[in-house]
Amino acid sequence: MVTRRLFTQAAAGAAAGMILTACGPKRLYEAPRDKLKARIAEMERKYKEEFGRDVKVSGAGPAPGVHFAYALDISRCIGCRRCVYACVAENNQSRDPQLQWIRVMSMEKEKGVDFSHADPYYHPAEVPEEGHFYIPISCQQCENPPCTKVCPTGATWAEKDGIVVVDYDWCIGCRYCMAACPYGARHFNWTEPGLPANEVNPSTHYLGNRPRPKGVVEKCTFCIQRTRAGRYPACVEVCPVGARKFGNILDPDSEVRYIIEHKRVLVLKEELNTVPRFFYFYAT
Amino acid sequence: MPSNRFLAAAALWGLSGWALLAAADAVKAPAATGQEKIEVPPPPFSDGIFPCSNCHSAMTPDRHRRELAAMHTDIVLKHDETHRWCLDCHDADNRDFLHLASGERVPFDESYRLCGQCHGEKYRDWRAGVHGRRTGNWNGAKTYLLCAHCHNPHQPRFHALAPKPAPRPPSRQIK
Repeated sequence: MVTRRLFTQAAAGAAAGMILTACGPKRLYEAPRDKLKARIAEMERKYKEEFGRDVKVSGAGPAPGVHFAYALDISRCIGCRRCVYACVAENNQSRDPQLQWIRVMSMEKEKGVDFSHADPYYHPAEVPEEGHFYIPISCQQCENPPCTKVCPTGATWAEKDGIVVVDYDWCIGCRYCMAACPYGARHFNWTEPGLPANEVNPSTHYLGNRPRPKGVVEKCTFCIQRTRAGRYPACVEVCPVGARKFGNILDPDSEVRYIIEHKRVLVLKEELNTVPRFFYFYAT
Repeated sequence: MPSNRFLAAAALWGLSGWALLAAADAVKAPAATGQEKIEVPPPPFSDGIFPCSNCHSAMTPDRHRRELAAMHTDIVLKHDETHRWCLDCHDADNRDFLHLASGERVPFDESYRLCGQCHGEKYRDWRAGVHGRRTGNWNGAKTYLLCAHCHNPHQPRFHALAPKPAPRPPSRQIK
């Protein structure tokens, strides 16, 4: 029988438990600055041990007044996949097994934007193919991201500058976020990532391209290690037709603002109300 | 609602020391409008061909439209060739320059003004950073490219490229 005393004790115990949980270890972005520095130093030491070279891990936070956005010109993209491989090299993705953050879809002009007829495995001798157009897809950096809401550990969230990030130390590999993402933009390390030491990009970010362990989810971060230092993402700089544009949507003089104000712009799966910060447009 | 989430995130950030490591303040990019000169890398000349006056200064210009037989036979004009030829863009009196339809001379590193005479819409987009590739900083110094860095001015149409390898299908990932 549940007596009044037993009930009070149980309630008090539950409350104490909740308080203890709240006081437990923090996600790193909530941790004090000196703890972050210590954690980064520890991380850099481990990478040096693993790869035999200096790997710099940045902890740069979002800058005030900045909200990143991306625009991709569908009328220009020729589907050459230069962006895919520049991304892999920049962001330390696993080479074997192969893991790629950008997926380029080939579509037929006759059918328009129709994902039921999209083919990511096209391999003609030359692109663009007659009667086809191409849509590269990576993380859409939603302002209303379905992926972060389902994370049971709070390991993924949207930063103030709009980048949806993953804290690999907190990811438990449940892959709920992958199921929630309507764009297939999240990828899972089923094995230890195959990253040769001589191919490591040593300029990394804590929430971005630092080498990942097995069993965590990863995704495009708008090249957080570059863009938080003011640079363009790697895919923007490599695109041979200049189809990729990037900038601060809050800056009225930025390229992305010009595109949104002057061009025909679309977002993928608008009806899901994910509010992507990745715009597709037609410049011609 | 996005604004609510924004406020919540802001409150969270206010409490965290992590935000103190923020990158340098966002610097506004200078507006690329108007007619100011744009910094570009050197024009993509063929080796040893510039300055043109090295050869041409000793020659009397022949202004008659003709098929070139003695020199520059490697240049095939596929750029509105029914209506135009060399001296519509290249200046006959000073070979190291181009000229606009108005007769105004423009140096090769401002050739975008020449292209922009016909391709006004592309020119506008290029100045705004929307047409063509830019490298550098999204909030600072950018490197533009001249039209001629990507498009051969004599045959501006892009050639097809060999694509990089297709991704491996999931079934082939397993060893």
